[in-house]
Order: sequence, then structure tokens, then C-alpha cells
Amino acid sequence: MISVKELTKKYARNMAVDHISFEVQKGEIVGFLGPNGAGKTTTMRMLTCFLPPTAGTASVAGFDVLEQPLEVKRRVGYLPEAPPLYPEMDTVEYLTFVGRLKGLAGAELRKRIDYVCERCAIRDVQEKLLGRLSKGYRQRVGLAQAIIHNPEVLILDEPTAGLDPKQINETRELIRSFAGGHTIILSTHILTEVEQTCQKVIIINKGKLVATDSVHNLQSRARGAELVLVEVAGRDGKLDSDRVQRRLEQIAGVNRVLLKGSRENRHTFEVESRRGFARGDLARCVVESGWELNELRPASMSLEEIFLQLTGEEMPSEARKAAARGAPE
Amino acid sequence: MRNVWIIWRKELRSYFVSPIAYLLLTMFAAVSAFFFWIFLRGFVEYGMEMQMRGEMFPMNINEQVIRPLLSNASVIGLFFIPMITMRLFAEEKRTGTIELLATSPVSDAEIIIGKWLAAMTLYACMLLFTALNFAFLFKYGNPDWKPLAIGYLGLLLQAGGLLAIGTFISTLTRNQIVAGGATFGVCLLLWVISSVSEFETATWARALSYLSIVSHLESFERGVLDSKDTIFYVTLTFLGLFFTARSMESLRWRS
Repeated sequence: MISVKELTKKYARNMAVDHISFEVQKGEIVGFLGPNGAGKTTTMRMLTCFLPPTAGTASVAGFDVLEQPLEVKRRVGYLPEAPPLYPEMDTVEYLTFVGRLKGLAGAELRKRIDYVCERCAIRDVQEKLLGRLSKGYRQRVGLAQAIIHNPEVLILDEPTAGLDPKQINETRELIRSFAGGHTIILSTHILTEVEQTCQKVIIINKGKLVATDSVHNLQSRARGAELVLVEVAGRDGKLDSDRVQRRLEQIAGVNRVLLKGSRENRHTFEVESRRGFARGDLARCVVESGWELNELRPASMSLEEIFLQLTGEEMPSEARKAAARGAPE
Repeated sequence: MRNVWIIWRKELRSYFVSPIAYLLLTMFAAVSAFFFWIFLRGFVEYGMEMQMRGEMFPMNINEQVIRPLLSNASVIGLFFIPMITMRLFAEEKRTGTIELLATSPVSDAEIIIGKWLAAMTLYACMLLFTALNFAFLFKYGNPDWKPLAIGYLGLLLQAGGLLAIGTFISTLTRNQIVAGGATFGVCLLLWVISSVSEFETATWARALSYLSIVSHLESFERGVLDSKDTIFYVTLTFLGLFFTARSMESLRWRS
């Protein structure tokens, strides 16, 4: 459905997108994953004919973005990062305008507006001015706008950015419900979003393609080793961190133990172990040695870490701290 | 053509749901009415003076009221045109809605012409208010309507050129105020440029003063439809819209 070959976008000074190639099959939901400034938006803008590529080709539904932009535009629904709303219009007015722009008219247009209002749950704001809508509703009207002409391809640029957790779930649910009928590319910098919504993932960093893979493969790739965070405290008085570390390292299946932080008599360790390693062994070991086990939890591999793993780069200290805190984003 | 119509309707609507259209209409009507009163008063007083002195100079309402008023309207228009065009593209760029337009199956030309036509329509509405003043002249006097019609045609043609320039300038920035200010500056420059010919007679000065948007209106005000002046305004409009199209295209290559 979407075919991208050696797509490149060069600005005056930097390479925004650097020879990216990928394919998306009909009906797939593909996550476009990368940190901010990786080139996600630029790539999407090229696919929607907003920006012309510097080199390479991209075709959507069999039409080249440079040769037949109007044909491409007819078949693509696009939600930019900031929903393109006119604050002085109300919801129905706005959808009517967009619908007309996309070539709908008359009874068909009314039917589609009715359908998308229902689908995106924006019925209760139908007569509200767009400038007065909350962020969640703005996003949903943006989505309604993107699907108004029932496009074959949906391109969504960070559809959940800036929403609260409930809205994020609703939006993801909504996007998942479009699957099958539409081919969807959505960009995000949140790994869990890809896990929950997409079948396939394309990872880019600094304009370069890092990996394209199915979500399942990516997960097992990222979790080749298991990471557990353990906080150990002495029952009375001081606790020597070296001793704890040595003890933990002796547990069967543990590859590496790293001291992540110490506060008086409490120490936090990151324990890397083989897959399938029983966490119970770890807990038992701590307790049997006469220490307190304050905390034991899996350290999810953050996006940063997966990137580093895939790109083989040094981890910046901030990302490391964030990972230690177990921040999911 | 259908797309032009869709864009036109949307633009016109956003003029009239915001205060801008009403502000422009009111201000333009008020200033025009003020000048109408001044000129009409002058005309009536002059007529009474003539009568008192027993002199019978030929009085012509077209020459003495309508013509200076049309000339006035064109200058007042210079001040208002930047306010009409400044938001056309700057606002879309600022809010990001330009991305919606540019990714819809609509050509750049259709977007530009739709927007420009909406600006023209608003300006025509403003002129309509001045026409109300003249309606009184027809009720109580007997002016010739043909020079008046040609005068209005001239005003519309002139505005077409200026609005096209304003539309172009609006594509260059995402800040409405900058767009408005720059358009006003250019309008002003194109207005005063004719004065170079007053102190300089070289070819370059003549060429420069030929660019003046006001001097080309003189024939229209006299009620003469001069093809030379018509072509000047049409060319200006065409150039303005052409540059708008180029600018929109370069927006995509650079952005």
C-alpha cells in the first residue's frame, strides 16, 4: 500500500531523513517510532505530499507523491501533530468544510459527518466552537477530519501526544478499531503505544532507519535479557554494598549486578539475568542473608535503551537515570 | 472551480464571524461618509455663493463631488487593504491549518484564487457602503451614472492588484502583524512613488512613477475606461497571485 525507497529530505544544514526504505502492506497498522527530531514528521509530510522529497521515491496506493500528488491526497487521511482546526468554526461546520475539500457533497457528505461524529465520539460537541474544545476533543475532531472521506491510508502524527491517560487509551482504542479497513501509519515516541496498537514497527533515529520489525520480534529482541531492580536494606546498622553485590552475583542465572544507588544502609541494584530467571531466587537469597528486601521489580527496557541497543551508542546519563527510575516513556 | 468556491466560502465566513469584517465595513463607511459630507457641503455652499453673486458657472456634481470622493475612496482603501489580506496565509501558517489545505486534493492555485476572491468580495462590500452615499445624489440630483460605474470598476481593479500583493506578503510570514505592516508599507510606497516625476523627468523617474497605483486610477475617476490602465492593474493582480503561488511552492521546499 505504501512503498518508500531511499527517501531523503535534506534541509540547508541537516539531513532530516536519510535514505529510508520500507513497505507497508494493506490493512497493517505500523508504528513509526523514534525520539523527537528523528525525522518522523518529515517522513509523514513527504508521504502526504506536504513536503517534496529531496531524493528517493515514495508511493501511496500505487501513486507517486511527486508525480500524482492529487491522487495520493485523495487516498490519504492525515492528522498532523497539532490538529489543523479553525478555532472560529464549530465541529459540524469544520467537518463539512474538510469533507467538501476532499470531494464529498450532498447526502453522502451528511452521512459521512454523521458516521465520523459517532465513530470518534464527538457528538456532544457538534455545535461547539473548535477554539473552545479541550485537548482530547480537539484530537478526536482531528481524527474525524482525517477519516471523513474514508481514505485507504491514514497517517497520524503523534495522535496521543498531550492527552491524559484516559484519553490516550480511548484514542488508541479508536485507532485500533480502524484496523483492517484502513492502512495506518502512526508516529510516536512511546514504546508502549506501539506495543498496544501496532503490528509492525519502524524505528528511526537521526533520520536513519534503525530497524523495521514486527512488534513481537522487537519485544523479544529488547528482552533478550531480563532486568530487575532490587532494593536491599540492612536490618540494623550499616550494610556493605560490596558484600550484597558479591552475594547477588553468586545466584545462578545472574549475569551482572550493578549498584545503581545507595542511601545510608539501603542499596539499589540492577540485576541482569538470563531469560526465565526466577525472581524468587533473588528474593530468597536476600532474605536468607538476613537483609531487608525493600523492593523488587522488573526494570522495563525503555525506548532509549532499545535505541542504544539497536544503534550501539553510549547511554547519556540522563536517560540512564530515567531508566533507573523506571520511567516508561 | 468547485474547490475555489469552497475556499472562497470558508474565507468569507471567517471574515464575517470575526469582528474584522464589521470593523472594516464600519470604519470604511464612517470615513467615506465623513468625506461625502465635506464634499457635498462644499458643493452646496459653492452653489449658493454663485447664486448670491448672480454668476452662473456651470456646476457638475460628477466633477465636483463624485470624482474627488472616488479618489478619496482609493486612498482610504490603501489603509484598509492590509487588514483584509494580512491573515489570509499568515494565520493558516501559524495555526498549522495550512497543512490541511496543502494535503487536501486541491491545487495551490485554487487555494490562492479562492482566498483572493474572498478578499475582493469583502472589499466590494466595503465599496457598497460608499455607494449608499451616492444613492442620495441620485435621489436628489441628477448625476451621470456611467463615470461613477467606471470609477467603481477602477477601484475594484486597483484593489485587485493591492489585495494580490497583500496575499503574497501574507505567505511570507506566520505573523499577521508583520504581514499587515509590510503590506501597508508597500501600498504606501506604491502610492507616493508617483511624486518622483514631479522633480525628475529622466526615464527612470517616469518609469518609476508609472508604477504608482494611484495615478492609473485618474482615467477611471474621469469616467474613461483606458485599456492601458486596466492592463496595468490586471498585470499587477496577476503578478501578485503568481508570486503567491511561487511563495507557497517554496514554502514546501524550505519549511
